[in-house]
Amino acid sequence: MSTQPTSKTRAQYKLWIFEPGKREPLPLIFNLRQLAEQRTSIMLPGHRMCAGCTAPLVVKLASFAFRGPTIVVSPTGCLEVSTSIYPWTSWAVPWIHSAFENAAATASGIYAAINALKKTGRLKYDHVDVVVFAGDGGTYDIGFQALSGMAERGDDVLYILYDNEAYMNTGIQRSGGTPKFAWTTTTPVGSVMPGKIQHKKPIAEIMVAHKIPYVATGTPAHWLDFIKKVRKGLEVNGPAFIHALASCDRGWRVEEALSVEVLRRAVDTCYFPLWEWSPETGYLLTDRSLAIARNPSLKQPIEKYLEIQGRFRHLLRPENRELVKQLQEYVDAVWEDLLRRASNAPR
Amino acid sequence: MSIAEVVPRYPKEKQKMMMLNGDEAVAYAVKQSYVDVVAAYPITPQTIIVEKFSEFVANGEVHTEFIHVESEHSAMSACIGAAAAGARAFTSTCSQGLALMAEMLYIASGLRLPVVMAVTNRALSAPINIHSDHSDAYLMRDSGWIMLFVENVQEAYDTTIQAFKIAEHSEVQLPVSVHLDGFFLSHTMENLYILPDEAVYEFLGGPRKLVKVKVEYFDEELDYALNPARPLSMGMLAFYDYYFEIKIQQVEAMKRAEKVIREVNEEWYKLTGRKYGDGLVDAYAISDAEIAIVVMGSSAGTVRSVAKKLREKGVKVGVLRIRSIRPFPHKTVAELLKDVKLVAVLDRAASPGSFGALYLDIISSLYNQKERPIVVDYIYGLGGRDLSPQLVYKLVEDLEEGLKRGFAPEEEVVRYLGVRE
Repeated sequence: MSTQPTSKTRAQYKLWIFEPGKREPLPLIFNLRQLAEQRTSIMLPGHRMCAGCTAPLVVKLASFAFRGPTIVVSPTGCLEVSTSIYPWTSWAVPWIHSAFENAAATASGIYAAINALKKTGRLKYDHVDVVVFAGDGGTYDIGFQALSGMAERGDDVLYILYDNEAYMNTGIQRSGGTPKFAWTTTTPVGSVMPGKIQHKKPIAEIMVAHKIPYVATGTPAHWLDFIKKVRKGLEVNGPAFIHALASCDRGWRVEEALSVEVLRRAVDTCYFPLWEWSPETGYLLTDRSLAIARNPSLKQPIEKYLEIQGRFRHLLRPENRELVKQLQEYVDAVWEDLLRRASNAPR
Repeated sequence: MSIAEVVPRYPKEKQKMMMLNGDEAVAYAVKQSYVDVVAAYPITPQTIIVEKFSEFVANGEVHTEFIHVESEHSAMSACIGAAAAGARAFTSTCSQGLALMAEMLYIASGLRLPVVMAVTNRALSAPINIHSDHSDAYLMRDSGWIMLFVENVQEAYDTTIQAFKIAEHSEVQLPVSVHLDGFFLSHTMENLYILPDEAVYEFLGGPRKLVKVKVEYFDEELDYALNPARPLSMGMLAFYDYYFEIKIQQVEAMKRAEKVIREVNEEWYKLTGRKYGDGLVDAYAISDAEIAIVVMGSSAGTVRSVAKKLREKGVKVGVLRIRSIRPFPHKTVAELLKDVKLVAVLDRAASPGSFGALYLDIISSLYNQKERPIVVDYIYGLGGRDLSPQLVYKLVEDLEEGLKRGFAPEEEVVRYLGVRE
């Protein structure tokens, strides 16, 4: 990456400039000091994401794993509206948003264009990666058809879901990614309804069912695990899907300072296990989830996850103990099922 | 279509005569137009376009990447992504498919991406119908697309190639839709002249060329494309502080497109010996006409052939075929129709609660004239109902009678042509 763009602009706003030509992939750096010195985020300072939001962490960490020339696609959502307020942009790489339900289709178009231009000698890069950063609404719900189509066609796109578990951009309405019993503005806690009454869609499992080359889960709290997975997703030949849990302090009713801690607890309680899947390896537990599989005493009760989130506050009332029990049983069942499937889990 | 008065660069003997239907003709034009990406979803009566083009892909006759998208919404989204990445992109649809991609039509034009689309005009549901009318086309009237209606298979071929040139013109940079009536043209075989591949390549100036834009960060101007060497952001959020200006730029580009469509029509004439009126409208026997019939698409042929026969009998009837409904050539239309006594506008779609869309544009063109004709709207041919020559004779008879007795102001100006009572 050239650090000298043809610009008069101040140094901290450096764009990622890749002049045409062959190049080695950028090395993957695991050392924090080196990362800080040698890499900048593709998301530049000055964006309007909320303080405490972890979506920018997803983008920043992912960009540390980028290999080189990359085009980024975002559907409509928090990330999009907060980073592209005309005439400013926070994106240091070529970036496009077109609509809400079509990030995967837009990415397919870019991928096809890259192939056509390369084939005819008009694109002078040996490789250009296409990466989508999409929220849960644009992935689980309105954008699912386009995502499934892209996966079926096998287009070489890395699709990263930053899952904040509701329509946060429009003001915390429930989505297919909202967990059971969570309060949202369209699943308010009332006298007869305890928040959302359905579980969230197992979106990563659904992508596994598409038999694409790579699927993984991750969180910005487990940054090294996440960076490695992003690089793997870029390296496979074909579509890859990474499900990143990304807390939203506004929507989850979490203290800003705890927005990373809550993600850590999501993994510690096995509410959100870390794993990766490929057709060759099957399911593999990673990072903290692998540690928990090896030492089950590390597994925390679900209350640890619930207790720092206002959206679950009603569950901690004595009369709702039964609901917490139900949730614990659900989490345990999903975790046990994963342990049975993961080839690196102790037998 | 006019007969060549000058010797074209490719006279007929240097062109190849082929017998194709409208869909095949479009596919052939796309094949010759050096298209990088086609993203399409099947819908009757567009299917032959994508089937035929798939054969070209399967046989390695084109370099095009064909994206088999899972919906028309994704078809246009993929075209937008491809065009944003610098490719020449094409899709084709109609009816429900066009309605499904409606959201993306506005985005293609708003992002100023020169996507080309063939629309095999088909009626909208419900009731579900696969045959031709213009209700699908009318729903995209305000989407910022240049919309060209063709009359026959030859024109479908010619206009598809022209569409790329118009869309990618540096003064335009807008998407273009080529409308051919479903089945009437899409599935009708016609003999037509096909240019040699190199003639089309040369006419289009080879592959798509990008326009330059100024971005504050860079000292130099940069390509308007997703380019890792000069990153820019596309599809931004713009509120009341910028949205208006951005939209007005689009409106101005559409105005400039009028001139470009005329120029491309002339250039095509010099290349092939074929042209279609001035590119925007195609007038027949209008200059001394008392009655003018305004029509779009495949029905123009029927109406013109009846008018020719009536002219032989001394009936002063002319025909004005609108080729470009967007941009709508209001001035040209006013100039051509101002001295006519009675204008009948044939609209192949209804707007319940108002007038036909073509009618509205015609009366808007004429309203500020000192002397203006009476203009009557006829809704005809919904769901593919045929406009027979007999119906056109009957129409002219009614119009003549109306002229004799005079139109009362309270008379219904929206009438139906060919509907059972």
